[in-house]
Amino acid sequence: MYKILGKRLLANNIYLMDIEAPRVARSCEPGQFVILKMDEKGERIPLTICDYDKEKGSVTIVFQTLGESTKEMARYEEGQYFADFVGPLGRPSEMVHEDIEELKNKKIMFIAGGVGTAPVYPQVKWLHERGIKADVIVGSKSKELLILEEEMKSVAGNVYVATDDGSYGFKGLVTDLLRDLVENQGKHYDLVVAIGPMIMMKFVTILTKELGINTVVSLNPIMVDGTGMCGACRVTVGGEVKFACVDGPEFDGHLVNFDEAMRRQTMYKSQEGRKILKKEEGDTHHHGGCGCGGDK
Amino acid sequence: MDRMKRIPISEQEPKVRASNFEEVCLGYTPEEAMAEASRCLNCKKPMCVTECPVTIGIPEFIQHVKNGEFEAAAKTIAKSSALPAVCGRVCPQEVQCEGKCILGIKGEAVAIGKLERFVADWSRENNIDLSEVAPSKGVKVAVIGSGPAGLTCAGDLAKMGYNVTIFEALHEPGGVLVYGIPEFRLPKDTVVKHEVENVKKLGVNIETNVIVGRTVTIDQLFEEEGFEAVFIGSGAGLPNFMGIPGENANGVFSANEFLTRNNLMKAFKEGYSTPIRLGEKVAVVGGGNVAMDAARTALRLGSESHIVYRRSEAELPARLEEVHHAKEEGVIFDTLTNPIEILQDERGWVNGMKCIKMQLGEPDASGRRKPVEIPGSEFIMDVDTVIMSLGTSPNPLIASTTKGLEVNKRRCIIAEEDTGLTSRENVYAGGDAVTGAATVILAMGAGKKAAKAIDEFLSDRYHC
Repeated sequence: MYKILGKRLLANNIYLMDIEAPRVARSCEPGQFVILKMDEKGERIPLTICDYDKEKGSVTIVFQTLGESTKEMARYEEGQYFADFVGPLGRPSEMVHEDIEELKNKKIMFIAGGVGTAPVYPQVKWLHERGIKADVIVGSKSKELLILEEEMKSVAGNVYVATDDGSYGFKGLVTDLLRDLVENQGKHYDLVVAIGPMIMMKFVTILTKELGINTVVSLNPIMVDGTGMCGACRVTVGGEVKFACVDGPEFDGHLVNFDEAMRRQTMYKSQEGRKILKKEEGDTHHHGGCGCGGDK
Repeated sequence: MDRMKRIPISEQEPKVRASNFEEVCLGYTPEEAMAEASRCLNCKKPMCVTECPVTIGIPEFIQHVKNGEFEAAAKTIAKSSALPAVCGRVCPQEVQCEGKCILGIKGEAVAIGKLERFVADWSRENNIDLSEVAPSKGVKVAVIGSGPAGLTCAGDLAKMGYNVTIFEALHEPGGVLVYGIPEFRLPKDTVVKHEVENVKKLGVNIETNVIVGRTVTIDQLFEEEGFEAVFIGSGAGLPNFMGIPGENANGVFSANEFLTRNNLMKAFKEGYSTPIRLGEKVAVVGGGNVAMDAARTALRLGSESHIVYRRSEAELPARLEEVHHAKEEGVIFDTLTNPIEILQDERGWVNGMKCIKMQLGEPDASGRRKPVEIPGSEFIMDVDTVIMSLGTSPNPLIASTTKGLEVNKRRCIIAEEDTGLTSRENVYAGGDAVTGAATVILAMGAGKKAAKAIDEFLSDRYHC
């Protein structure tokens, strides 16, 4: 059993939790993730690692309530326990294995979309601890949904914020902001690391291809075990099938087949939606009796 | 009574069982078991024992059953096997113990598997304590993986007095016994959980949610946690795909994913959160036991279920009993058929499978006749879900994070056959991690041999 040491609401529907998991904390490196299972009947949910404290033996996760499971997760309070918490999963970011002096000569830009800000944080922090200042673009729908801004500022070089509605910072998409920085403000980057919704990562890679910047993305497909035994998370990278949980989650963004990855993400979408409906409105929608064609 | 004929065993009716996940075979009653046991000739040189990978004293336990001494029978089996309720159910006895039974020459072999299962079930229902353990030696051994190889190795070492910890990556111990083999062949809550509990009763500590290679490395186990030897029983869990166009369409699963969702995550049960999604017509590609399990599971979830296999029925690698059961339940067999492309609709969902007809050519090096495509015989199978059951390979994670651990070109760990010793000192391996996907009982045999070798090695070193 894994104890919830702390819980914080970061923004509407976005929660942060500190989980007591000494083995996971001890081995964590930037770029990795965990899988959590709430109780006996729960599903295995892949989650972002936002931070870790090797001495305290804790791992910080951030999640947004989307489906039934994450909504249930948000109801857990400090002092309660999750049944299972396994990790760290996936390969650490490439930079962990790179020469620090070489890294210092690189201009790195992280682009974080929404809750993707959380997995960007440990990477920027890791660089900061080694004397490297990376720039960060944080994209958000609006000011209210912006998370971890102060934390990010304390470890990053320049932090730029873009909101869709212009309620804070730059008005527009992260791609508009990146283009503005590179084309109008004379900024130069050797590497872009983009983490967020698939659609955002896709458009970032289209832009960076045009701008000629190497780009790493962190994919978030459907997963079951997270250890490489099922292939639910398979993605096509450079024409080859890869399992995101063991070969990734980070890949060369310019080689990823995003359209396929986005399509595969929707595989259980209507089932997920029906479950929420059933919970919130009662047994109204099963067997496709409404004529909507069920989940086809 | 005709000595040449087996006492029949009761099973659920095919029509009934095709729509539930209850166990198909209902097992012997005590009277039936005693009657079946009385057929055994109690041979002086029992061939059945030589064919059992863990050398159970078969005639001895069967004589006990014959006399109604079920507890003594259970204790006889416990000397050699920690998982009799599992093995009695899933071993391919027809090619092992029962394959060499003298009665099988003129009639039907003694139902050794069913008798073993009876004894194990009886001892569970009657709470027989089988945990005899030697005094503690105070020496720590780590076992990686809680499948049949790991459980057996751990159980044997614990009996010898070692302090054993099993590290398991999933949230539930049992390996393929919990995620792979379905409920209707191997009930989880009663049978598997109980056998795992029996191993724990021997003093074995099981740590779930630990992925060796990620959460902790083998070197850390030696250097930081004080283990003196390691046994790797991590299996062969990495699914193979065909590499044909359309294989990443929505609605194509590996058998591992499909069975894990259903067996481990209990997607078929009300109240469990993990979803499973099947269409009306399901094609399972492959002909092994896993393919049978997947096809029979799909049927129980309400789909029309096909086995698509490139050779003929005679070459099906699955156990005959499983093939019979699948047919009785209504699984359709499309043999001499090979998929060449998976078709999808405009939204990326499977809406057909392009196949080609095959014929059997000359025998290849292994003696099996090679399937050859019949030119121009392409056709489209009307299916909306495809489950790939083409075998599995060992996961490279442990080998890639352990210096000096050699693997062969099939990514299997190289280990001595008699001892399981790998290229690393103090590190032993066995089961599917070494052989590639094989059987439960072979993995148990390997776990047993390794336990013996580890004991010899540590006894030498510590004079204990």
